[in-house]
Amino acid sequence: MLKQTTSAGTQLSPAVRATHLRRRASVVVQYAIFPLAVLLVWQICSEIGFVRRNVFPPPSTVLSVWYDLVTGTTDAAARYSGTWFDHALASTWRVFAGFAWGVALGIFVGLVIGLSRTVERVLDPTIQVLRNIPVTAWVPLSLVFFGIGNAPAVFLIGLGAFFPAAINSTHGVRQLNITLYKAAMMMGANERELLSRVILPAALPSILTGARLAMGIAWVLVVVAEILAVRSGLGYLLNDAYLFYRNDVVIAAMLSIGLLGFLSDRLVVLVRNILLTWNRRETFGGEN
Amino acid sequence: MGRISIASVTKRFATGDSVVTALDDVNLAVQDREIVTLVGASGCGKSTLLNLIAGFETPTLGQVLVDGHSIKGPGPDRGVVFQQTALFPWLSVADNVAFGLSLRANQGKADRAQVVERMLQRTGLSPFRERLPAELSGGMRQRAAIASVLAINPSTLLMDEPFGALDSLTRSIMQDFLLEIWEEQRKTVVLVTHDIDEAIYLADRTAVMTAQPGRICEVIAVDLPRPRRYEMRSEAPFIALRDHVTKIVRAEAIKSSALSAAN
Repeated sequence: MLKQTTSAGTQLSPAVRATHLRRRASVVVQYAIFPLAVLLVWQICSEIGFVRRNVFPPPSTVLSVWYDLVTGTTDAAARYSGTWFDHALASTWRVFAGFAWGVALGIFVGLVIGLSRTVERVLDPTIQVLRNIPVTAWVPLSLVFFGIGNAPAVFLIGLGAFFPAAINSTHGVRQLNITLYKAAMMMGANERELLSRVILPAALPSILTGARLAMGIAWVLVVVAEILAVRSGLGYLLNDAYLFYRNDVVIAAMLSIGLLGFLSDRLVVLVRNILLTWNRRETFGGEN
Repeated sequence: MGRISIASVTKRFATGDSVVTALDDVNLAVQDREIVTLVGASGCGKSTLLNLIAGFETPTLGQVLVDGHSIKGPGPDRGVVFQQTALFPWLSVADNVAFGLSLRANQGKADRAQVVERMLQRTGLSPFRERLPAELSGGMRQRAAIASVLAINPSTLLMDEPFGALDSLTRSIMQDFLLEIWEEQRKTVVLVTHDIDEAIYLADRTAVMTAQPGRICEVIAVDLPRPRRYEMRSEAPFIALRDHVTKIVRAEAIKSSALSAAN
């Protein structure tokens, strides 16, 4: 029944089409109902004085402060008015710079470990130990080493991005179906072809999973780094507003980080979709 | 092209502290364009023997010769069809069939597009050319795998329980499909199976293997007329052969299970 109505499409009677519309509307409601309810309860709690407005400002206040943060027109965010783009840009830049070196190095090291048992014996124990040191524990040392500024932030973010990228790349190589490897060898594939046309495509989904995890960690670490090591970025904004007791700005900054993190994740997913399709086409054409 | 000679081949595997003799002094000659099946209970070393011919393993003692030359490793002259279908999950059916010919080693061997087209037609996969392997049924997957091996035009087909994962109806259809292909192309075929009916139905000769250590205990000539027909399975000559092979395989299986019980 369900399948019939969906596949039959447009030439259906108005009654059926109405059912169709209603179903789609109900899906929209399902998506929207929880976040709207949260906002509503939050607003009400604030209106009835359940929580003090300056301790936990209502969504309406946060929204107006956020608007001023971005546009700088109403002065609702006072000293922070109109600073949003600078901070957002600073954070995003650090995230992507750290992500780039951490993931690039991670993929490389992870692949080499996956391909060579010797390299695994040399590198893997060190990586496994270092991996268990929380990246936040590197903060003091990186401040001593790099000083205050972008460098320690980009270092910490890259370090955090390195481990999931490396471990998932190794895993991607290791979970290769040995039959595929043997089949390619039997057909006459040389070492380079085995790597580029069997091992890498087989490992790619896992590598990209690593990149996605790395992006998540990068946004965590950019906030840590900006609270401790730099004087710009959304993490800095958040911490500074906290010191000035501007919890409305704090919440607006938190939500901004959530939003940018979400968009970055979508970007990685988009790249994954493109790469996996490209991979398919690439092999179709062959290499000449 | 496609003459295989296995001369006094012994293969031992070290597993931890103990050494297992998978094959012990095995001799077998496969003629050009012949179908030889290797049948036996599991653990009799039939897959090991196939891996030696394919070049994935090297013998501990003895020699495996193909057309008089000793084997250096796997190569496109010996196409292997695996039980677990070797299709690249990220490639479409057509790309999988084209894979072998797109390798540097096979460059200029044939017009790729033309061969792929012919293989897809021959295996009835043309309508599914853009599908991914995961979107095919088990029988279609195995046909695609066979097409991708045939595309590189090997002189020998080595098949390791190729239809073992299929249901019995599909399996019998695939057996006839394989025989059709063989009637057209007359390649040398070495096929490993534990299905006695399959071993007899396909073979010119079937080598019955015994376990612990793996040996060929009898090579039986299957002189049923070709082309083979499904009905032959219920006729007297086939049944006689089947009874004969079954007796050996069963006796061996019982002996080895008693042996492992005694250990």
